[in-house]
Amino acid sequence: MNNKKNIVYPYMPNSVEHIKKEMMDELGIKSIEELYSYIPKHLRAPEKMNLPEPLLSEIELKEHVEGILSKNTSCSENISFLGAGCYRHYVPVICDEINSRSEFLTAYCGETYADHGKCQAIFEFTSLMGELVDMDVVGLATYDGGQATCTSLRMTNRITGRKELLVPKTMNPEILLQLRNFCDFMTITEVDYNPKTGQMDLNDLKNKISDNTAGVFIENPSYLGFIEEHGEEIGRIAHENGAVFVVSADPSSLGILEAPVNYGADVTCGDIQCLGMHMGYGSGQSGYIASKDDPKFIMNFPNHFYSLYENDRGEFGFSRSLNQRTSYGVREKAVEYLGTNTGLWAITAAVYLSLMGPEGMYELGKNIMYKAKYASKVLSEVKGVKVVFNGSTSFKEFILNFDESNKSVEKINKELLKKGIFGGKNISKEFKELGNSALYCVTELTKKSDIDRLVKELSDILK
Amino acid sequence: MSKDVEVRDFHQAKWDEPIIFELSTSGQRGILFPEADNEIKNKAGDIEKIVPKSIKRGRKPALPELAQPQVLRHFLRLSQETLGQELNIDIGLGTCTMKYSPKINEQFVRNPKFSELHPLQDEKTTQGTLEIIYKMEEFLKAISGMDAFTFQPGGGAQAVFSNASILKAYHTDRGEGEQRNEIITTILSHPVNAASPHTKGFKVITLMPDEKTGYPSIEALKAVVSERTAGMFLTNPEDTGIFNPHVKEMVDIVHEAGGLCIADIADANGLFGISRSKEVGYDMCHYNLHKAFSSPHGSMGPCCGAQGVKDFLAKYLPVPVVKLNGKKYYLDYDRPDSIGKIRKFYGVIAAVLRAYSWIMAIGADGLKEVSELSILNNNYLMKRLLSEVKGISAPWVEGQFRMEQVRYSWEKLKEDTGVGTDDVDRRCSDYGLQGYFQSHHPWIIPEPFTPEPNETYSKMEIDEYANIFKKISEEAYENPELVKTAPHNTPISLISKEAITDPKDLIVTWRAYKRKRASK
Repeated sequence: MNNKKNIVYPYMPNSVEHIKKEMMDELGIKSIEELYSYIPKHLRAPEKMNLPEPLLSEIELKEHVEGILSKNTSCSENISFLGAGCYRHYVPVICDEINSRSEFLTAYCGETYADHGKCQAIFEFTSLMGELVDMDVVGLATYDGGQATCTSLRMTNRITGRKELLVPKTMNPEILLQLRNFCDFMTITEVDYNPKTGQMDLNDLKNKISDNTAGVFIENPSYLGFIEEHGEEIGRIAHENGAVFVVSADPSSLGILEAPVNYGADVTCGDIQCLGMHMGYGSGQSGYIASKDDPKFIMNFPNHFYSLYENDRGEFGFSRSLNQRTSYGVREKAVEYLGTNTGLWAITAAVYLSLMGPEGMYELGKNIMYKAKYASKVLSEVKGVKVVFNGSTSFKEFILNFDESNKSVEKINKELLKKGIFGGKNISKEFKELGNSALYCVTELTKKSDIDRLVKELSDILK
Repeated sequence: MSKDVEVRDFHQAKWDEPIIFELSTSGQRGILFPEADNEIKNKAGDIEKIVPKSIKRGRKPALPELAQPQVLRHFLRLSQETLGQELNIDIGLGTCTMKYSPKINEQFVRNPKFSELHPLQDEKTTQGTLEIIYKMEEFLKAISGMDAFTFQPGGGAQAVFSNASILKAYHTDRGEGEQRNEIITTILSHPVNAASPHTKGFKVITLMPDEKTGYPSIEALKAVVSERTAGMFLTNPEDTGIFNPHVKEMVDIVHEAGGLCIADIADANGLFGISRSKEVGYDMCHYNLHKAFSSPHGSMGPCCGAQGVKDFLAKYLPVPVVKLNGKKYYLDYDRPDSIGKIRKFYGVIAAVLRAYSWIMAIGADGLKEVSELSILNNNYLMKRLLSEVKGISAPWVEGQFRMEQVRYSWEKLKEDTGVGTDDVDRRCSDYGLQGYFQSHHPWIIPEPFTPEPNETYSKMEIDEYANIFKKISEEAYENPELVKTAPHNTPISLISKEAITDPKDLIVTWRAYKRKRASK
């Protein structure tokens, strides 16, 4: 029995009764149900799903959804110092213009010919990222920076046949959780850090590394914001022990900070949300993986490659290549699973990097570093506030410790919220040894007046 | 009447657009950034001294230098050389459900009240988004009959991986983690049903379709089920569009052996209001919000794999989950049995927001209409293709109807004319269609072709689509070279050696191209 109302749905052109009838006549049936009558009764869904009554008109739908969204208050209506893996950078208008184009927004897995432009844009993404990280091989974007890290570290097992990973104790805890699930057949050991600077403890690294170490991993800048200055030394120790050196690098820092390959990284990875993506409550995350042009690495990338080739007319084409690595080519024999992830963000990042050029990336990095330095200096002057790891240089994040005040980060953040300020991420539970602390973030969008406001409000709160 | 819809004259835009690096002119700028003001600089000190020497960039990245209009023109031209769903009758990408993505939903996700939301904001400030997530979970519970959902997986393959992670956690908790190391799947299911559990460490056993029915026989399943069985990853209907009516018996067999059953409902378009995971007896499932639930595919993402589980598995879901405490929504991280994280933060919530809006716009009746129309459209197209197009066939079709898609074969066309599925695929782009999806590997059906005419295509469009293949078939019989040398109306012409299988030939960056060309 079908008790549906006869509604003509705007998204469904054939919901018009006479069209349905015409098609049913062609098939020689009287009801659509005849077409699936072979599905046994015990497998049938209940008569009607328990869902709200629909808002059939676009007017009602718009009012309803915007009504719910209006319950949010965003970073553009407040002053935000939140980072910790998702960043409020400026999104050039052209990025939105391109990624909202119907052609890119609604294309999918089409290949060489009908989607030539998409394939070229993806090739340009990998090419532009290649320049930024100074490496010749870049795969299509991954689900997020965490996935990129997990895959890069799993790659070290496939290359070395070893099963131990050394990661910094300062590492992003969310990514560490991803890693513990994704690399659950590997032993993950955390390497200690210098309490004054956050820098990796090289002696601890030397003690922990062995013939069983598949990969040594660092984040640079680190999750806790400081710049790791001993990359070269860490890479050397890794290589002397036959391990692969993997560095996660924030692309927004690479106009001013050295590309990891130049201090020894074999694989570079990270998140590209900072390259032209809005935050969207974490929807803007997307990862990259890069390596040298070496089959040992190339054949261990699980993600798609769009390779360039030329035809007899000298035209460039692009095709998905080396499918023998991927699950699309060889199912379970693939190096890892592969599916749809974040192609539109790759295209958007390509637009971003094309707009920025070398000077833009340099200015961006410079601007952020100035602000991080200024902010940490003026905030360290607030009574009850201490800047942690002030023996190191910060890129866009730094830790404020409130042990000397009698207020918890939670309480301070609540007070700040009342003033329209989103305080830094509370890391008191994640990094207990750092005490009552929060991770603060500044970007090129943070104004001097925002930092000065924070100084004023914190001074009042901690009085 | 509309069977007479004419095949249109078409030519895709061809811009012969250089690679962006070739457009670079030294000194040009696409965007400027404000300098840090002097007070900041004075307080911070000299930037040259701030950046530690050991990590200061030696040589600026060799990115191209372009003015803003040049960047815009370049990418607009590339967009014109791309056939998105909104431009063409995108029926060809079967298994992908290339449906219309309502434009109003784009306004919602681009609303600063959503787009400028940081995932770590105080819950008080994100109640709207948390409400959407919570309610969307309720919707999917009603649609599937499952008990809990997470939206954290970044796509379908990652959702299958998340399911495999929970499968492993479940058996490990019961002390059978080592013993239960095999999963069963079918050759016609999506490759990730083999690859994702394998990535999680499971051995994969693959069932083949029975010659008569097109789905695996009960006997075939019984022969491989054992005390080593951890679970079964099943897609029903599979890519052939055939619904296996004995699926419950298969699920019961695996359950009796101590395994769990996991449904891949990435392509749910023929199932809304017709069949649910609950009645079949599945323990876990996943939906792709970028397929049946209308979030756009975005040139391969970002997308969302909504993972659903029964009550007894909910404790393993990735952290956090969204809960409602009286009137306030909150994120619950206090879940000691959780498998941890699958993706950063909470997943692609933009896709959740779009899917929520889509369901609110059509409701329960609309969802059933979606499935009924996609089944009607599919059977109508099947009838037209099989009765009117020479050289095409579909296995297991005698007197049968199909669900939302069909896997056809051009085997006869190839035998008769030498024109195979690759050739037809390229030729259809000359008539304004996206190249079509043939089949996942391995090809069980020779010279395959898998269209999926979902509910958002009109009868007139389906007729035009059928007529295009009728015409290509006629061309193949009359002038096979025309089809074999296609495409002729797309931005680039046929390239003789397309597939790159040797890593030495791989060129994925412009710098690699320049280096390799220079070395020739």
